[in-house]
Amino acid sequence: MNSATLAEWSNAAVYASMVTLTFSLIAFAINFSARGQRGVARQSASVSVSAGGAGVTPADEERRTIPADDLRGRRAGNIGLALAWLAFGLLLMGATLRGIWAGRVPWGNMYEYSLSSGVAILGVYLVWSLRRDLRWLGLPIVGATLLTLGLAVTVLYTEAAQLVPALKSWWLVIHVSAAAICGGAFTFAASTAGLYLWRDRAERKDRVRGAVANLPAAAKLDLLTYRVLAFAFPLWTFAVIAGAIWAENAWGRYWGWDPKETWAFITWVIYAGYLHARSTAGWRGRRAAYIAILGWAAFLINYFGVNLFVNSLHSYAGV
Amino acid sequence: MGETKKAMSSPPLSPPAQPTTSPAPAPPPLGPGGFLRWMWRQLTSMRIALILLFCLAVAAIPGSVLPQRGIDPVLVNAWISDAPTWGPVLDRLGFFDVYAAPWFAAIYLLLFISVIGCVLPRTMHHIRALRTNPPPAPRRLTRMKEYRQFQLATSADEVLGNVEAQLRSRRWRVSRGGDLEQGWVAAEKGYARETGNLVFHAALIVLLIAVSYGSLFGWRGNVIVREGGGFSNTLTQYDAWGAGRMVSPDALDPFSITLTDFQVEFDRDSTQRGSPLLFEADVIVAPEPGEPTFTDVIRVNEPLSLGGAKVFLVGHGYAPQVIIRDADGRVVYDDNTIVLPQDGNQTSTGVMKAPDALPQLGFQALFLPTAAVDAVRGPHSTFPDTDDPAMFISAWIGDLGLDDGIPQSVYRLETDAMTQIGLRAIRPGEVWQLPDGVGSVEFGEIQRWASFQIAHDPGKEPALIAAGAALVGLMLSLFVKRRRVWIRATTGVDGDTVVEVAALARHDETDLTDDVDAAVAAAEGRDR
Repeated sequence: MNSATLAEWSNAAVYASMVTLTFSLIAFAINFSARGQRGVARQSASVSVSAGGAGVTPADEERRTIPADDLRGRRAGNIGLALAWLAFGLLLMGATLRGIWAGRVPWGNMYEYSLSSGVAILGVYLVWSLRRDLRWLGLPIVGATLLTLGLAVTVLYTEAAQLVPALKSWWLVIHVSAAAICGGAFTFAASTAGLYLWRDRAERKDRVRGAVANLPAAAKLDLLTYRVLAFAFPLWTFAVIAGAIWAENAWGRYWGWDPKETWAFITWVIYAGYLHARSTAGWRGRRAAYIAILGWAAFLINYFGVNLFVNSLHSYAGV
Repeated sequence: MGETKKAMSSPPLSPPAQPTTSPAPAPPPLGPGGFLRWMWRQLTSMRIALILLFCLAVAAIPGSVLPQRGIDPVLVNAWISDAPTWGPVLDRLGFFDVYAAPWFAAIYLLLFISVIGCVLPRTMHHIRALRTNPPPAPRRLTRMKEYRQFQLATSADEVLGNVEAQLRSRRWRVSRGGDLEQGWVAAEKGYARETGNLVFHAALIVLLIAVSYGSLFGWRGNVIVREGGGFSNTLTQYDAWGAGRMVSPDALDPFSITLTDFQVEFDRDSTQRGSPLLFEADVIVAPEPGEPTFTDVIRVNEPLSLGGAKVFLVGHGYAPQVIIRDADGRVVYDDNTIVLPQDGNQTSTGVMKAPDALPQLGFQALFLPTAAVDAVRGPHSTFPDTDDPAMFISAWIGDLGLDDGIPQSVYRLETDAMTQIGLRAIRPGEVWQLPDGVGSVEFGEIQRWASFQIAHDPGKEPALIAAGAALVGLMLSLFVKRRRVWIRATTGVDGDTVVEVAALARHDETDLTDDVDAAVAAAEGRDR
């Protein structure tokens, strides 16, 4: 197979993945809007925090009663999930072929990094969905992936080229893959935090009806956000440290307040704030969720803003 | 006050209470001592630490938007002169050197004081906790998150003995009490969570100290070296130099480096044509005068380590040879002139000064490794390699201004007292006879130069160790779960033993079934 064919196959796989994701998105939207899937049974979730001397919340028992008319939504969710797996496979293939074509890891410019980010976002979601029922989260996750890929193929597309000498290092594999996985996890956490805010408001006003009733209880969403960020924060710390080691090796200093470094620091500080807020009275809950979303915004500014609009040592966009 | 007390990402052992709105801070009491205590309590409270964290994030933003002195001083000056109203104000407020500005330092120093004020008492508390045994089982175990009750035929003493041995071998901290009729075992595990938490925060403080140490005792210099040329590690040889306050420039390691060859390769095929593929600097290194030399290759990601310093390859460019003769045909200038690249295709500018000519001659040169001229951009280079080199030279005659004793840049021609006498494009080997027979300019061969950054940062190893410790501490504090297990064994009326097992975690999200399963298995004398 010559290189031009490889490139065509890579592009074809990416486009096929996007088409699959579009159908997956529709399926998840149907699943999301299907009513009553969890609704009535979970009305009491907000008052389930236990009283009593021990004060420990009792296990948040899931009582899933499935009315017959709800099967449509469940089926749509299953279809969405299956299509997301298919899209993930196609995207992984697209990124891998791109890497083979270029003869290196597929994140040498922003187009390729976006492909890898799409793999990371979908991957974090799908791996997590093996452990628990996450069909309700499919809509925002697939939406975010589709948006990333859409930007990649329209604005960011670049032909594969060899790496500039500054990128020829093993640290490219370590540093950038860690950052991409964090990007996936941050997106995941921002989705659950946003859904938490929605669900929490409905619970407070005692109006858990319609699509919001399909979401898990607010406490559960809050916990999921925390778990994902508790995984992502050390990884982000590692990505920053790995970047510092690489910078020391390539540029002669481990920290130089380059815009990319500055925004990595800001992102880190915000997520550190999240972890602290979650254990501080008056900050846990809604405020913590806003902070989680703020951290994701900082990550996006770092990813798009710094690469495209700021003169940075990290400007490898190639667009 | 317990809830607002700073908790460093792990809530107090007492079971988490309902989220309450934080109480309004009490007004400061009278008297200087009381006021200081009040201030200290405020500063070390979690609320203030959170606010300081966000201040730090916000304060870091302007440095990524505005140009910074430490990175690009030329851009800073241009920015200030473009904004005559705001530029000087922002400059005075330190916005062009944010990360060295007093207000930025104030935020992180306050934050670190706050962290110290939290870490110290918690370390004391944690050391005490490590020495005390787990407290006895509470009266009513049924209230715990996990609770199980069952009956065994073995005696209460034997059950508790089994449990104690098992849990100890699984590295729980265990205490036991009660009598033969009714006894209990209390066990606690997961102290590494708090240890990790404290290590993380302490490591951040060490990291800050390491960074400061590096900036006080470190130095860095930049130097441009032409092929065949060299430099030695003394202050006078550097084109740019910066050092911490505690550095004595006389004490630099006396190494020297000669650049024998510099190889570059550029992308010619893909859409990113012109981007570099390879930079390699072949050097001969003399670690000390008189010592045996060795050869080495410096690449972009492969710096050369020499004692405490590292030599990095950071840039490259061209040095075309220019020979200038005066009206009598005497050579008044013959040098491989360093020209500085202005864009990615190495469109470069440089200056030649011939003070020995009479009258003095000066030249501004535009060097193009692959020359092209168009109406919009004028003369420019279309590829960074020397495919079709040419030099556009503007010749000036008059007074170079070198005799005033004011230092001049070698990259800039002061044309105030000079007149332009001509402009010509010449190629290698060509000679341009200047008008009115004042002399000639010859374009000789083309050399390359490489620029190196030599840096010494004694703080970087401690900083790396501190960062590594912070990462390990962070992972412990996030992934280790602190929890307690209680087992009570009571001899029942029928002679059987009623066993109760209960567990409680500091974090309500912790899954305790595994621990309870293990305790139950131990009570039954099974090995799980």
